Amino acid sequence: MSPSFNDPFAAMLALQRALDSRLESDWMEGGTAGFGGYPLINIFQQGDDFVAIIELPGIDKNELQIEAKESAIRISGKKTANYDKNASMHRRERLFGAFDRTISLPLQIDADAIRAEYREGVLALFIPRAASEKPRTIRIN
Amino acid sequence: MTEQELQVQQKREIETKQESTVPVRSFMPVTDIFETDQALTVVLEMPGVSKESVEVGVESDVLTIAGRIDFSKYNGLQPLYTEYNIGNYSRSFQISSKIEQDGIKAELKDGVMTLVLPKAEKAKLRRISVS
Repeated sequence: MSPSFNDPFAAMLALQRALDSRLESDWMEGGTAGFGGYPLINIFQQGDDFVAIIELPGIDKNELQIEAKESAIRISGKKTANYDKNASMHRRERLFGAFDRTISLPLQIDADAIRAEYREGVLALFIPRAASEKPRTIRIN
Repeated sequence: MTEQELQVQQKREIETKQESTVPVRSFMPVTDIFETDQALTVVLEMPGVSKESVEVGVESDVLTIAGRIDFSKYNGLQPLYTEYNIGNYSRSFQISSKIEQDGIKAELKDGVMTLVLPKAEKAKLRRISVS
């Protein structure tokens, strides 16, 4: 799926529909610690490898830990508010607190080569597939 | 004291009275609003929105914030398993004329937009000393 329409709305709609179509899909084989834990995670395939995209607005990078072992990835941290204590709150919708979530991918990954990027409140994890998992091209003699 | 565990908040979709011509979904940014003696501060969560793609405007005492996400970043990514959807953000608030509308300051950091709306001189609290 790579929408290459000129109409940006059509491309956006195609993306939203594609995301919907894989909502809680069974690809993870129950490998997440239950659906719905914070933070919510989207997982994509990019060529042979995987990309996990996680919305984590307003997190201090120093308060975010990412650990990987075998095919499990753990994301934990803390989201804190630093509002003026003398301010009177009119509307309070943002949630703060600690989070800890582990996902297990249903295949072998190269845990040492995972790359993380945190930009504009979105965490992207680039997860390479383990060499042993990569498909081999079989040459025909 | 044990720390509070962060709960998941489902994104709220924007519902409009009119039906839009394209069935693209937009979301309402989660917002905190607080007031001090000096200003009203509006804090909105808009993950994935860059400084270049956010618009803030005040018209007829209505503060409108709109943020667009760069969905071209998703080119070449094939979804396997998803838990949330993405879309542009927008939200409006009725503000009183007690706000110094020209003095509104906006800052966007890590997907969180902070708008500081300074109070007009006449709206500031005066402390009256009792002699």
